[in-house]
Amino acid sequence: MAMLEVTQLGISFGGLRAVDALSMRIEKGGLVGLIGPNGAGKTTVFNMLTGVYRPTDGGIRLDGENLVGKTPHEICRLGVARTFQNIRLFSRMTVLDNVKTALHHETTYTLAESLLHLGGYRKKEREMDARALDILEVFGLAEKNHYTAANLPYGQQRKLEIARALATSPKLLLLDEPAAGMNPQETGELMETIELVRKKYGVTVLLIEHDMKLVAGICEYLYVLNFGRELAQGSPAEVLHNPEVVTAYLGE
Amino acid sequence: MKKLFSPGRRDYTISFGIVILAYLVVQAMILTGNITSSFKGQLVPICAYIVMAVSLNLTVGVLGELSLGHAGFMSVGAFGGIVATTALADAIPFAPLRLAVAMAFGGLLAGIMGVIVGVPVLRLKGDYLAIVTLAFGQIIMNIVNVLYIGRDARGLHFSLLEQRFELGEGGKMIINGPIGVSGVSKLSTFTAGFLLVLATLLLILNLLHSRTGRAVMAVRDNAIAAESIGISITRYKLLAFVVSAVFAGMAGTLYAMNYSTVTAAKFDFNTSILVLVFVVLGGLGNIWGSIIAAALLTVLPELLRAVNDYRMLLYAILLIAMMLFNNSKLKERLLAGRHREVE
Repeated sequence: MAMLEVTQLGISFGGLRAVDALSMRIEKGGLVGLIGPNGAGKTTVFNMLTGVYRPTDGGIRLDGENLVGKTPHEICRLGVARTFQNIRLFSRMTVLDNVKTALHHETTYTLAESLLHLGGYRKKEREMDARALDILEVFGLAEKNHYTAANLPYGQQRKLEIARALATSPKLLLLDEPAAGMNPQETGELMETIELVRKKYGVTVLLIEHDMKLVAGICEYLYVLNFGRELAQGSPAEVLHNPEVVTAYLGE
Repeated sequence: MKKLFSPGRRDYTISFGIVILAYLVVQAMILTGNITSSFKGQLVPICAYIVMAVSLNLTVGVLGELSLGHAGFMSVGAFGGIVATTALADAIPFAPLRLAVAMAFGGLLAGIMGVIVGVPVLRLKGDYLAIVTLAFGQIIMNIVNVLYIGRDARGLHFSLLEQRFELGEGGKMIINGPIGVSGVSKLSTFTAGFLLVLATLLLILNLLHSRTGRAVMAVRDNAIAAESIGISITRYKLLAFVVSAVFAGMAGTLYAMNYSTVTAAKFDFNTSILVLVFVVLGGLGNIWGSIIAAALLTVLPELLRAVNDYRMLLYAILLIAMMLFNNSKLKERLLAGRHREVE
């Protein structure tokens, strides 16, 4: 059984059919790309997978468990984490606290312990600090743990967002244009980081990306979306030479 | 272990430092007799307003939701506390304990109101909380205005709109409709106010530096991202709002127990806005800023009585000066140490 099974997924906004009859299967440990021209509905798919939008029809199953109709925070706890196309950090909090916030359900203590700093508070906060620093280390952000998130350079804000998503211990990590706005060198580093993260944390990755070098470089399988429908699927080599895909991107 | 920066300690040090120092200075003034009676009469209200400002800061500064009815919760706590102390007058003869129990009751009652207001409204996105809390403040004021509660040998009697009960021999009205409350035994003392301020600071600062506080701030900074990492937006909005209401209720009890007569009109829209001014001028999310702003702006009108003709003018100038200070380089420089690393 595939880890993520999407069957005949569709959503309408009034008269607009944004995504129609999309089916996907992602195996555990896979690294899959979701590509397509602007406005094809890629982010809408992410929003349905994470519960931000409720699909009009079709099904989503993660390890056999139904995700349709669940709220975003429930879906997160079932093992789906994501980043956003336009970075969404907790901008006034520190880098460390951004990651610690994501450990919310990992290390818990009660409200009474929060109010009185009793019992396990100190020990558990130290555990969280150590875990958060471990994750930040992978992204080269450990030295900047006390910075306010908004004061990080752009590329590091993108990395922090991935670090935060990973801190929720997801089975499936959704990356929405992780390389947007990065220069070729930063993109190269990002590719290495994604590979590293996948090995180290054993996480399955689905990513949206426009940078074809990145897509061809790391993705094992691709789905191409155009006007909300699947245009093609297959290995990067097949898909990127598919004349229909080239036409969709570049026009006739 | 890597270098870890803990900005929290500084908040604790400054907040408790200011409050304890102020308490000692005022106690010294009282002992040496260097205190005017009008200032002495303001000590308890100052403590109550500090608790009001710090608790409203939790909703407005930390959670990022606008509340325009904080005085409503203060009112609930005030009249709830009055009923509790009167009802418990025989059961608990020891006044400080009776005050503490009354505060707990006032806080609980305000907290329940917080849940009633918060549950429907905090599920919505947008400025609905401001609108509903504004209405809440007015509704509470109008309800207390037509509330009749009396006590006699048979127990508590209660009616709305008009007095529909006759009190037995030796009975006494506690809340008498628009006339309000009169003849309350004053239980609040400066020390009680000081202890409430300390307890409020400890609990709220602890809350902010915990997983709960981080979750609330995450919802403020980016609700969609907070949800995406498993935080229930409604739950944490409600939690912060209700905690804020509870402390406002306790402040209300403290405030009411300082006067022999209390009317509902004292806790009107103007009071809500006054507390909001404390929070904004002290700095959103800045706890010790709220303390200073609340104390300063409560004392100031009295101090300015000496120059009565220019009183409102000077008050306005001070408000402007505080706003300028909040946005100035000077403040940044004074707080420059905030981002220094601690090994």
